[in-house]
Formats: sequence, structure tokens, C-alpha cells
Amino acid sequence: MHIVMLVCIAITVAVLLAFMGKVTTYETIASAKEKQGKTVTVIAKLDTATLYYDPAKNPNYLTFEAIDTLGDRMKVAYYYEKPYDMEKSERVVLKGKMENGIFEIKKKDGILVKCPSKYKDDMEAAKKNLETTAN
Amino acid sequence: MKYIGEHLLPGQIGHFFIVLSLVASLVATIAFFIANKQIIIEQKNSWLRIARFSFLLETISVLSIFLVLYYIIANHLFEYKYAWQHSDTKLQFKYLLSCFWEGQEGSFLLWSFWHCVLGWIIIWKAKKTIHKEWEAGVMTVISFAQFCLATMVLGIYFWGVKVGSNPFALLRNEMDAPIFQKADYINFIKDGNGLNTLLQNYWMVIHPPILFLGFASVIIPFAYAFAGLMNKKHDWIKPALSWASFSAAALGLGVMLGAMWAYESLNFGGYWAWDPVENASLVPWLTLVAGLHTNLIYKHSGHSLKATYFFYIISFVLVLYSTYLTRSGILGDASVHAFTDLGMNWQLLLFILVFLLPSLFLFFKQYTSIPTIHKEENTWSREFWMFIGSLVLSLSGFVIIIITSLPALNKIINHFSFLKNTFKNTFAQPEDAVFTHNQIQIFVAIIIGVLTGLVQYLKYKDTPKAYLKKKVWMPIIVSFIIASLIVFVGKVHYDHKGYGFMIAIHVAIFSSVYAIIGNAGYIKIGLKGKWTLAGASITHIGFGLILLGILISSGKKTILSWNKTGIAVFEKTKQEDPAENTTLFKGIKTDMGKYMVTYVKDTFNNYDRKRYYEIDFEPKDGSKAFTIYPDIIKNNKGDGYSPNPASKQYFHKDIFVYITSFKNDDRDEDTTTFRNITAKVGDTIYYSNGFIVLNKAIINPPERQHKYNPKENAIFIDMEVVSKEGSRYAAYPGIAIENNESIRLLPDTVIAQNLVLNFNKVIDQKVGELEIGVKENKSLTSLLTLKVLEFPMINLLWLGVVIMVIGFIISFAHRMKQLKT
Repeated sequence: MHIVMLVCIAITVAVLLAFMGKVTTYETIASAKEKQGKTVTVIAKLDTATLYYDPAKNPNYLTFEAIDTLGDRMKVAYYYEKPYDMEKSERVVLKGKMENGIFEIKKKDGILVKCPSKYKDDMEAAKKNLETTAN
Repeated sequence: MKYIGEHLLPGQIGHFFIVLSLVASLVATIAFFIANKQIIIEQKNSWLRIARFSFLLETISVLSIFLVLYYIIANHLFEYKYAWQHSDTKLQFKYLLSCFWEGQEGSFLLWSFWHCVLGWIIIWKAKKTIHKEWEAGVMTVISFAQFCLATMVLGIYFWGVKVGSNPFALLRNEMDAPIFQKADYINFIKDGNGLNTLLQNYWMVIHPPILFLGFASVIIPFAYAFAGLMNKKHDWIKPALSWASFSAAALGLGVMLGAMWAYESLNFGGYWAWDPVENASLVPWLTLVAGLHTNLIYKHSGHSLKATYFFYIISFVLVLYSTYLTRSGILGDASVHAFTDLGMNWQLLLFILVFLLPSLFLFFKQYTSIPTIHKEENTWSREFWMFIGSLVLSLSGFVIIIITSLPALNKIINHFSFLKNTFKNTFAQPEDAVFTHNQIQIFVAIIIGVLTGLVQYLKYKDTPKAYLKKKVWMPIIVSFIIASLIVFVGKVHYDHKGYGFMIAIHVAIFSSVYAIIGNAGYIKIGLKGKWTLAGASITHIGFGLILLGILISSGKKTILSWNKTGIAVFEKTKQEDPAENTTLFKGIKTDMGKYMVTYVKDTFNNYDRKRYYEIDFEPKDGSKAFTIYPDIIKNNKGDGYSPNPASKQYFHKDIFVYITSFKNDDRDEDTTTFRNITAKVGDTIYYSNGFIVLNKAIINPPERQHKYNPKENAIFIDMEVVSKEGSRYAAYPGIAIENNESIRLLPDTVIAQNLVLNFNKVIDQKVGELEIGVKENKSLTSLLTLKVLEFPMINLLWLGVVIMVIGFIISFAHRMKQLKT
């Protein structure tokens, strides 16, 4: 029994180590650009003016530019539908890889939109509502 | 300033009861604790009376808090932040309760409420069973948990530190806004912020109460184990066993109802996404089920008592940890639906530690005195393999929770500078997060499935080999045949992740079928069909069905909305497919593989803020057409939208549809008509944005065979549309004739140019004059993009959940009855 336990635990440790080998890292846009072809995760802000999605032409193609807190900018391509309310996001978590100067996201779950008001109660937005009612 | 028009009394009553519940639960904890220590029976009973009375006060307080909060929400008293933040006047009555669990405070109250209910069942049951002496110890733990939960809703500052968040806080105290400079501000707050529309769903009325019943009930096996360590007695395992069954049923059902909610109303295209919030509630279930099995082992063989202690302790600690993960805001960048941070992180962390540290301390202090059999388990015994199953389950949970904890790990790394220097970059999710879990858990499923099917045939202590040989082969052979049929006739060939994974899926299908057949056989052979004893086997059958349902519905999940019109944006590989969405233009029939699909119309319903889309599906194989109504919810918080899927349910599959983007044109009605033009092959005709060249006519082209029936003769015109901008598009409008009598038009569209082209008829065959209809359709700008998925056999999964819960309940009832002697 003890041997079986040890074997199971050893397998678990091996699995976890293998997993740690697969995790991506959080990068800035500048450091993502240095790591061409490697999948990384970038937290950035969407530049709404550059958002392009025309379902009439192609419902599976979305491009935009993202800016990070250091002020760097990159082009992003995503091959699925535009996530709902993306324009209103306060930040986006992007998982993909830099290829030829474009940050390519080829997995559906490669964009996580953090909206101030969608799943959470944003007191700021709500406060504005209150202020407008007051006036 | 003196404010006018506020209703302060309900809040004062409510807060009074919060403080009362805090004090009462503390008194109950102390009194139960002392009662537990007393040996003289009169003194014990008098302390018990005090304790029970305090627990009664506590229960009354919790109920009163609930009622007062309900009163505030139902009467729209928006001077209270909770009502203002989580409800509005338009809210439908049936969702009033959902307001409770939109906020953290309400869900803590719900948890507390279930502790009260379960506590009284324990007190009541204790009188009737032989295990009276456990009441005081168990209730000590539950009362203390009640005390901790009460601090979560306290909302009082102690030496500058805020403890808890008070659901009766006034809006004006929580927010700075100019409106509060008016004494009659309340007249200006016309409406609340509303309940998140995603929660306005019937699953959200039922999922949280059941899930919290599950969370709350995990404390009972823990409390027995803790009391056992305190009292150095170990005969608590019998009452704990029935409670562990109950808890596994409630928590399992709660988690799966959450999966159903996700399937019905979220847009991640399925029922499970390994989201941290889902994982955090699944893992305690895994360790609890492991504990349930080691508990059985101890009851029958005397082995594994230490493991049982450990599993019950860790299960409750994991419940607390999952509370921390989902409520601290730590999952912000990793999950889509965690609560927001209320600034109570340290308090949530403390909540874990006050239970973890004492129980670990007692566990290690008593470790050597916990009875153990030093003889190794026999390899042919039931307990040996059951223990391995428990071990695998708990280790699988361990792996899931470690992966889920990455954000917490990052926080630790960022906190300590020496770690920060070692790890330059913090960890993010792996590239393919879902597959990372799947490829690990598929092996767990294989092992657990086989053990589930096999172990029932083993006997405790030792199994006669002859008995085993006689009984064990039949189920294996039957399962192998059924599994082979499922795999090869059902064509489960999921090769997107390589052949290794596909084979693993095939083996797992066998394994889950074996879990079902093995246990069904055991009810017949081993138990001779005695249903009261069959709780475990029924649970196992349900579990096997769940596994099978997951394997088939995910392994054969197909995307029907394959985009055929779009330009390939990158090369399709086995792993990555670029075209999951298809665009539909209002009124235009579009080809979608097995179906012709039409977006007929949409209507906005003011009452539930949903825009319903009517989508017609016409199967090409001639079977019955159907209509699906997916909708878009207009979010009340902010002005965004969220899609709400809909599905056409068959016995053997679901056609699952959701709208991935939409664009409505308000010039709604389609008023333009076809302009009919006479032309010959080789001619050029003009439209507002360019010209169309008629290249040639083709009769019965094999490449468009899907557009006409074998009985029909079809003529298509090969056209090239050239826009002013120079873009070129091919179009093939056609006509299909059957027996020279019925004529069917096969229009074609050039979506990017808002063009619909018809080939109306042949005017003069000799000179080759044709009539072409050209429509430049304004309403083509009303469009939506759709994702359509097929989940085969998903009903097996839901059926499995129901059967599993029934099995657990049978076990629970059976064991409860046994205690009565």
C-alpha cells in the first residue's frame, strides 16, 4: 500500500511539474515582442478606435490595437467573434503569440474581457447614474 | 443633516439581529464546548440546555435578518445600499430571492441559514440515536462557524479595521455623491441598480441554495472528525457516514446545477470550462467522496481511519479556501464570474486559518493515538482498491486546485521580494487551459471508472478467487462490446489532440460503461435486487453515466456553424480552426452544412429585456424543420449585452445555438423588390455599386448537387460581381425544375455588396435570353453571427446527475435508519 501511495504521489508531482512547464507568463508588450513565436499572456487596454470587426465580410476575424501600462502598442488578430461589450472593457487579458509584428490569438479563450460592469457591480458607473438623477 | 423620507427602522432591526446572532452563536459555541467536556450527566444537560437556547436565538436572528432584508428589497427601500445595488422596481417577483446571492452578504446569510437547518436536524437526531454524546462536540464546531459567518456581515469597525460588510448599510454612508447633500435625496433615487440580468434565470433561483446547502453540509463530517479528535473517541464514523452521503449529494447537485446554468445561459459554449469558480467547488466534492470511501473502509475493516480524518478535515478547509478564491477578487484575471473584492481578504483568510490550524494541530497531536492496523491490506480485498480509488480522487482534486491557485501563487510571489527575484515573470494560464485539465483528468476517469465497476465484486478482507473469477468476467465482456459499439458505430473519433488522446477517450468510454454495467450487475447478482442496500451501486451507475455523457458529448461535439463563405484567415490545422461562426442576413436562407438556416425576425421583449431571434432550421435530409429562439439580454448594469443560448433538444442530442454578434437595422422592413433584367450569357449588367458579368450557364453541375434534388434538373448561371472598389465575387443563382412542372428558384447572395441574385427563367431558348432578378437589399444590414454546436448524448450527463443524487439519498436514508437502534 505504501508503495502504491508513493507511486501515486510521484505521478502527481510529475504531472504538476509538467504543468508548470506549460504555463505561460505575464509579459508586457515590449517583452512579448522580444519573445516571437512563444505563447505569452499580456494584460492591456483596447484602443477602441482601432477595433475592426465586420461580420458581413468575415464573422471570424477581429483586429485591434492594444496598449499596455508602459504605453507600448501592438496589433492583435483574433479568429473568432468579437467578445460582447469589448468596447466597454477596462482591460483585456490576451493570450497568444507575436508573429511578424502581430499578436496572433488562435484560441477561443485567448481573450478575456474585463468589463467594469458586466459581472460585477461597478460603483463608479452606478454613481454616475445617481449624479445624473440628482441634476 | 437631517434626512427626510428614509425608513431607518428595518435597518436598525436587521443590524440588531446581526449583532444578536453574533453574540448568540458565540455563547452557543462556548456552551456546547463546555457541555462536551462535562462528564456528570446533569451538568452536561444543563449546559446543553443553555447551548440549545443560544442556538435557537441564533436561528431566530438569522431568519429575522433574512426577513428584514427581504422586506427591504421587496419594498424597494433604496436608501439601503443592498437594495439599491442588487434590485430595482422592475424586477420580477420570482427573482426577488436571487438578489440575496448577487451580493456576498446575502450569500453568507444563505450559508448561515443552512447551518441553522442542519444544526437542528443534528440536535433532533441526536436524541433518537445511539450517538447522543456527539451532539455537543459537533454543534461546537457548527456554532463557531456560525460565529465566523456572522462576523462577515457585521460591518463594524474595530480599532480602525472594518469587520464584515453590513447588508443594512445606508447608501448615503457608503458613497460620496452630491445628491446626498439634499435632505430629501431619497425622492431623487427613482430606481435601483437592478439585478444582473445573467442572474435573472430560473437556474439561478435554484443553483445557489443547493450549492450552499452542499457547502454548509460539508461542515458536518468535519465537525464529527474534529469532535473525535477533541474527545479522543472514534465511533463518530457511523453518523458521519450518512452525513457525508448527504453532503456529497447536495454539493454534487449544486455543482452540476451550476454547470446546467452555464450551459443554458452563458456563452462559453458548454457546461464546463474548468473555470476557477467551478473548480473551486468541484475539488471539495472530490475529497469528500474520497473521505466517504475511506470512512466505509474503516467501518468494515478498521483500516484508513487516519485518512478519513484527513479527508473530512481537508474537504471543509477546501470549502473555505474556495470561498476565499471566489470572494477575494484574486481570480480577477483568470475567471469570468467571481465576486468582487469587498476589502475583506484578510478576514476570509482568517476564516480558513481558524479552522485549518486547530484541526491540523489536533490531528498531529492525536496522530499516534488514532487506531491503525499495521498489517498491510490484502491485495484481493475491497478496502485495498477502494483506498486507491480515494487516493486517486483526492490527488486529482489536488492537481486541479493547484492549477486553479495560480493567481494566488502569483500573489505570494509578488509579496516576497526574494521570490520575486527568482521568478521574473508571474504565471498565467497555459496556452490551452481546458485541454491541460482534460488530458490529466481523462486518466483519472479511466482509473476511477474501472475501480467503480470492479470493486463492488471484491469482498472486505479477502475475496475468494473462485467467486471473483465466476462473477467478474461477464460485466467486463458486456461493457467491452457496448463500449466498442459506442466508439465505432457512434464514431467517436476525436483526433484534434492527437491519437494518444483519442485512444484515452476510447478507453475512458469503456471504463465508464464498465462502471455502469458492473454496478447494475452487482445490484442483480450481489444484492439480489434489494434496492434499500443499492444506494452505493445506484450512485456509481449515475457517476458512470455522468462520465459517459461527458465523454460522448464533448468527444463528439461538432460545430455546425462552419463558415463556408468567409475567406480562410489562416490555415486550418488539427488544433486550430478559424471559422466557427456563420453570418446570417435577415430573411436570407444560408447554407450551414446539414441545415439551411434562416434568420426570420427578432422581437424585443420589454418585460425581461430580451431580444428574441427567430432562427429557422431546415434539415437537408428532409426531416422536420424547426425553429430555435436564442436571445440577447440587454444588460441593466452598464449598457452592454449578453447572449443567452437556446437549444433544440432531442432525445439523443442537443442543437445548441447562440448569437455571437448582431447588428440591427432599424429601417427594418424589406421594401425593395427585384429588378428583372433580360440578358444573355456574356452580357454585363449594372447595379448601383458596380457590374455583374454573366460568364456561362451550367447544367446539373456536380459541385452544386447539394442545392437540388436528384429528381430535379438544375441550371446555374456562373456570374462574376465586380464592385466599384475592384473586389470580385462569384455568384451562382440557379433554377431547379422537376418533371417540367414545378420550378424552384435558387437565389444566391453577395453579402458584402448587399446583393441578392435570382435566375428567374429562360425567356427564349434559341437566342439564349434569360431573365435575371437583381435586388439590392437594404435590410441585408440586419445581420447576426451565429454559433451552432451539436452536443450528442448530453442527456446521459443530466440523467447521470439525477441517478447519482438518488443513489446518495438512498444511502443516506438507509444509514440514518441503521443509527436508530
